[in-house]
Amino acid sequence: MIIKKVNNVQEALTGVKDSMTFMLGGFGLCGIPENSINELVNLNVKDITCISNNAGVDDFGLGLLLKKKQIKKMISSYVGENAEFERQMLSGELEVDLVPQGTLAERCRAAQHGIPAFFTPAGYGTEVAEGKEVRDFNGKPHIMETAFHADFAFIKAWKGDEAGNLIFKGTARNFNPVMCGAAKITVVEVEELVKPGELDPNFVHVPGVFVQRIFEGKNYEKRIEQRTTKEA
Amino acid sequence: MLDKNGIAKRIAQEVKDGYYVNLGIGIPTLVANYVRDDIQVEFQSENGILGMGPFPTEANVDADLINAGKQTITARKGASFFDSAMSFGMIRGQHVDLTILGAMEVAQNGNIANWKIPGKMVKGMGGAMDLVGSAKNIIVAMMHTNRAGQSKLLKECSLPLTGVKCVTKIVTNLAVLEIVDGKFKLLERAPGINIEEIKKATEGDLLIPENVTEMKM
Repeated sequence: MIIKKVNNVQEALTGVKDSMTFMLGGFGLCGIPENSINELVNLNVKDITCISNNAGVDDFGLGLLLKKKQIKKMISSYVGENAEFERQMLSGELEVDLVPQGTLAERCRAAQHGIPAFFTPAGYGTEVAEGKEVRDFNGKPHIMETAFHADFAFIKAWKGDEAGNLIFKGTARNFNPVMCGAAKITVVEVEELVKPGELDPNFVHVPGVFVQRIFEGKNYEKRIEQRTTKEA
Repeated sequence: MLDKNGIAKRIAQEVKDGYYVNLGIGIPTLVANYVRDDIQVEFQSENGILGMGPFPTEANVDADLINAGKQTITARKGASFFDSAMSFGMIRGQHVDLTILGAMEVAQNGNIANWKIPGKMVKGMGGAMDLVGSAKNIIVAMMHTNRAGQSKLLKECSLPLTGVKCVTKIVTNLAVLEIVDGKFKLLERAPGINIEEIKKATEGDLLIPENVTEMKM
């Protein structure tokens, strides 16, 4: 086996620099790499580009990096939960590239799988299609979308082993698996890190080959955006 | 005239036995409350669950289990979880039978706008463009007019488009309409609403058949 374990978040983020492009897993605040985001705040890297479905909320997740103006450009599908984001975008301080959610996922998956581009019907006839090649397949127009390129992918999994094999929980899976191996270096934080052999290979969601560094995260807050309940 | 729950209740009649259904945020989310319980239906949420169940009790809240509206939910027996690429593979690959979503504007050729008001509101399209770009059966749930009282059923959309020629049916607080030959064909009136009221609230071209029945609620 090949051991990917590193001792802490500081070691895991070695090599992170200004002006890099990062992928970050998560949907809303669900399944975000909390430890890595906090360390990016500590490192105070500037002018970064973030590829992430959402942009966090004002005081948590990617919102922490926005507040410190560390982000130059966001590539996301939905950014509606963050007032500071909207302010920076409308004032022109922040570059924003809005991408349909399925296209965002597939552009990560394409990078992971070594596919440089693909065609999708999503966004045809809209602003999203501007400047993109259009081709008809089966009588229907599709637009060409390209794979993303990123320096680091920051991933949150539920359990992992020291060889980098990963298991996700519930809908905290979302973009995390498709970003593994889609960047030059994939950094994974897990709630529980075990020895190789302790995960049943039948239930591994992402094989360790897509992972370069893995560590056990600390102090997960797991904030809930919309706590909706029914009577017991 | 229907309220939001009334719209959801009427749309629930469009959900058939054996359907996999994707529900958008807002009125569409309410549809799940009114689907008959003697048919087999599964709800997909594009953040990665098939077999979405009702909201949890306080004791069962799990931060790792939410829907696309970021609300805490439960998983039904037989549910499954998957990543975002596979989720949109289900949608793009037309494995989901019915998509129900909200809109700011619908045009008579089936165009839809629901993601952006230039200079004012830019929240992003989320999964809407993928959904309307591929789904076979798209029902729009919305109020017939906006807060200023202007029609949302138009000859042409004025806002940036989400998708082209894709809407099949529209259920509003006033009527059920279908897109036919580039026009809004009136299918049903909401309880207590007459055709004149619907005509007045519709900017686009209306096709009005001889007999337009009242919705059966």
